[in-house]
Amino acid sequence: MKLTKTLLATTALTLASGTAFADGHMASDMTLVSWGGAYQNSQQKAYVEPYLEMNDGVTAVWDESSAEAVAKLRAMNEAGSVTWDVVDVVAADAIRLCDEGLALEIDPDEDLAAAPDGTSASDDFGDLLVSDCFIPQIVYSTTFGYRTDLVGDTPPTEVCAVFDTETYPGKRSLEKRPINNMEWALLCDGVAKDDVYDVLATDEGQQQALDKLATIKDDVIWWSAGADTPQLLADGEVIMGSTYNGRLFAAIEEQDQPIGMLWDAQVFDLDGWIIPTGLSPEREARARDFIKFATDTQRLADQAKYISYGPARASSAPLVGQHATLGIDMAPHMPTDPDNAQNTFLYNYEFWADYRDDIDAKFQAWLAQ
Amino acid sequence: MADTTTMIAADGTPLKRSLARALRRQKLRALGLIAPLLLFVLITFIVPIASMLFRSVENDIVANTLPYTVEALADWDATGTDLPPAPVYEAMFYDMFLAAEAKRHTRLGTRLNYETTGMSSLFRQSGRNMDDVADISYEPLEDLDDAWDEGETWYALFNSRGVSDTTLLADQRIRVARLSGNEAGADINFAPDAEVSALLPLAAREYTAWAVFVATQDNRDPAERDPWESVAPALVTDLRAADLSGYAGPAADMLRTAQRANLPIPDFAQEFGAMDEDWASLEPWQTIQTHSGTYTPGYFLNAIDAQKTPEGVAWQPEEKQILLTLFGRTIWMSLLITFSCIALGYPIAWLLANLPMRQANVLLILVLLPFWTSLLVRTSAWKVMLQQQGVINDVLVWIGLVADDGRLIMINNQFGTIVAMTHILLPFMILPMYSVMQTIPPSYLRAAKSLGATNWTAFWRVYFPQSVPGIGAGSILVFILSIGYYITPEIVGGTKGVFISNRIAFHISSSLNWGLAAALGTILLAAVLVLYWAYDKIVGIDNVKLG
Repeated sequence: MKLTKTLLATTALTLASGTAFADGHMASDMTLVSWGGAYQNSQQKAYVEPYLEMNDGVTAVWDESSAEAVAKLRAMNEAGSVTWDVVDVVAADAIRLCDEGLALEIDPDEDLAAAPDGTSASDDFGDLLVSDCFIPQIVYSTTFGYRTDLVGDTPPTEVCAVFDTETYPGKRSLEKRPINNMEWALLCDGVAKDDVYDVLATDEGQQQALDKLATIKDDVIWWSAGADTPQLLADGEVIMGSTYNGRLFAAIEEQDQPIGMLWDAQVFDLDGWIIPTGLSPEREARARDFIKFATDTQRLADQAKYISYGPARASSAPLVGQHATLGIDMAPHMPTDPDNAQNTFLYNYEFWADYRDDIDAKFQAWLAQ
Repeated sequence: MADTTTMIAADGTPLKRSLARALRRQKLRALGLIAPLLLFVLITFIVPIASMLFRSVENDIVANTLPYTVEALADWDATGTDLPPAPVYEAMFYDMFLAAEAKRHTRLGTRLNYETTGMSSLFRQSGRNMDDVADISYEPLEDLDDAWDEGETWYALFNSRGVSDTTLLADQRIRVARLSGNEAGADINFAPDAEVSALLPLAAREYTAWAVFVATQDNRDPAERDPWESVAPALVTDLRAADLSGYAGPAADMLRTAQRANLPIPDFAQEFGAMDEDWASLEPWQTIQTHSGTYTPGYFLNAIDAQKTPEGVAWQPEEKQILLTLFGRTIWMSLLITFSCIALGYPIAWLLANLPMRQANVLLILVLLPFWTSLLVRTSAWKVMLQQQGVINDVLVWIGLVADDGRLIMINNQFGTIVAMTHILLPFMILPMYSVMQTIPPSYLRAAKSLGATNWTAFWRVYFPQSVPGIGAGSILVFILSIGYYITPEIVGGTKGVFISNRIAFHISSSLNWGLAAALGTILLAAVLVLYWAYDKIVGIDNVKLG
């Protein structure tokens, strides 16, 4: 292990010494990590391209590894060679990285831009600053889409339609993990919204959720990639299914699929940046500079031109305009739009940090039965 | 007698020795030739695998993060009903304080959360509260004399004035190095004074730990920094028992004043209990004690659906048992895939070996074509073929074999996995079979027939036995490849068609339980080796031919 460490460290040194500096104390190369697809494209258009135009000589490369960001950052950290500068992760992963000391702590008022009207960044982001290391970009939601031509004359209006196989016969697609599914199952089994996590913390509550899911187990196709549900809906394999709202927007508006949105009990979650620890001062300075630019009010509003995720800043919301190519108003497609957000569910990070391993083992064992 | 039996080489040395020398030289030369490859394999393959497998037993994080707690907990009876005694809570406070400053307490919380749900947030939240506990002593001390707020006071008190306590310094260097995982050997511009460390052992220990940490991890000079608040409760605790009558060093008067003031010491047990009621229950302490060893069989137990408890090894609750099922399923399905590859591949290999060259080449390209296509593309193609609105179902409905509402379910189950993997692995079966069959002379079959054998007898008694080495080689290849397959089962396997490797991937990239992933990987590797050994015993590895 020593040997590999030494080898990796030497490689890192050789690479680092080859880096040229654009202006004295900032590195000129950045490696940005994101999710690929339409989402990464929205980041590229909304802030990476403008940033590179402003800063001559700076280059950015993408690494589409956000799904394994925590595992890879941990491995890089152990090897003593961190090759990523800015990493896009979901809030739960940011909390975990911050906990493990793998992400830099950020002071929002110092490191991030204030709103144009002078509101401080910490007030502008508000409750969305869920971790000391996390710089929120967007609010997304996991919600349901359904085939408008297969649901008959009464399209579903609430999430419990997923469990109603009599009115809506056919397959459904759900994510192959307990998070979100357990909550929806309890909600549709009569548990009040405020009690869901208290119930889910008990063995009986977990069993209750699994029992509710068992009522539709034979009708479920379990997905593990965000693209699966739109695909299954488009093929007519399933009548309804859960996925990220941006994926459904793309299927409905960009690909004209006969799909409708079911916003009821959508689960809000956050996605944002972290800066890894262990960067050289030059690279860290560049990463901070980029982050400050990329998360200002205008940039976050710009991102909404390309994808239907809500900007994380309160001050960006009024600036959200029209889709860059389709020319439709984006505001009604945001998960945070008042019409869509009539009944929402907030993902509980603390709860899942504790119960993820335990409930996941039960969930997978239940699936395999 | 000896002279007559010993043969002498031309240069006078015994022949035996000179032969051995010549052979040794040959061996060294051979070794020199393969040295680059050997080193390459060693560095890029063996070492990483070994270090990954080592994680399956490695467990020093508990003792490295909570060294004094583990020591204090050693005598506590985890199977009883009493909470640990006060010294355990005290040790926990000092361990946790340093760990929280080093941001290591949450890592330990994550590790223990694999064993007991809730440890993760227990450690995270407790880490935040350590300053408040220390302030119970720190604030009265500071109120007593503002000089206690100055870093110089503490530095002057503890820094060596002649005889230094080298054991204490070395111990604390090790403590910080183990906690942070970084070497802490550099010069730190501080050494604890032997007299003061004898007089105020706990405070000297905590101050030294702080000084080592600040100097080695933050690269700051301890002489210019203020120590953490945790030195205050340590000092107050020491003052209760210290005999200051003979002490005349720095801050002597301040120490006497503080001793007379009888400042409060936090009731650690109560403070921890107030922080989170779990600290006032047995469970977290049982978990820490049970998993405090440097090496643990815990991950291997988890890998076979068991767990380590204070009472010994026990099965996991039934609703969490999954891994043994998955192991069994992986081996069973791999065998099925291997047999279907034999059944499908044998006739094709036979055709390849017996057709005229030109047709054989066309056929060979057809066999190899899938080889040149991306694995993901092939797997996704099966999705299009097999799904309920897919090609096969559409055709079946169109010719009326199945009703439109009774479409067959052929994907997201074991059937889908077996079909897709058989297709993907088929070339690995056909090619070894083909190369062996090519070497079987057709004259043998003709000879058998001319001697009166029927077609079947000639094939079964003459041809087939000679083709067995090809089947053996193909089977080993296909079986070992399929036992570790991951992508295809993930895409087409649904819930019942996934393998153990999907679980390994989950623990590597999602739950981050690398110890369990390593244990699962080790078991899988051992299973392959055992099967290989069994194959060698039954069939004989010499009978395997790749060509």
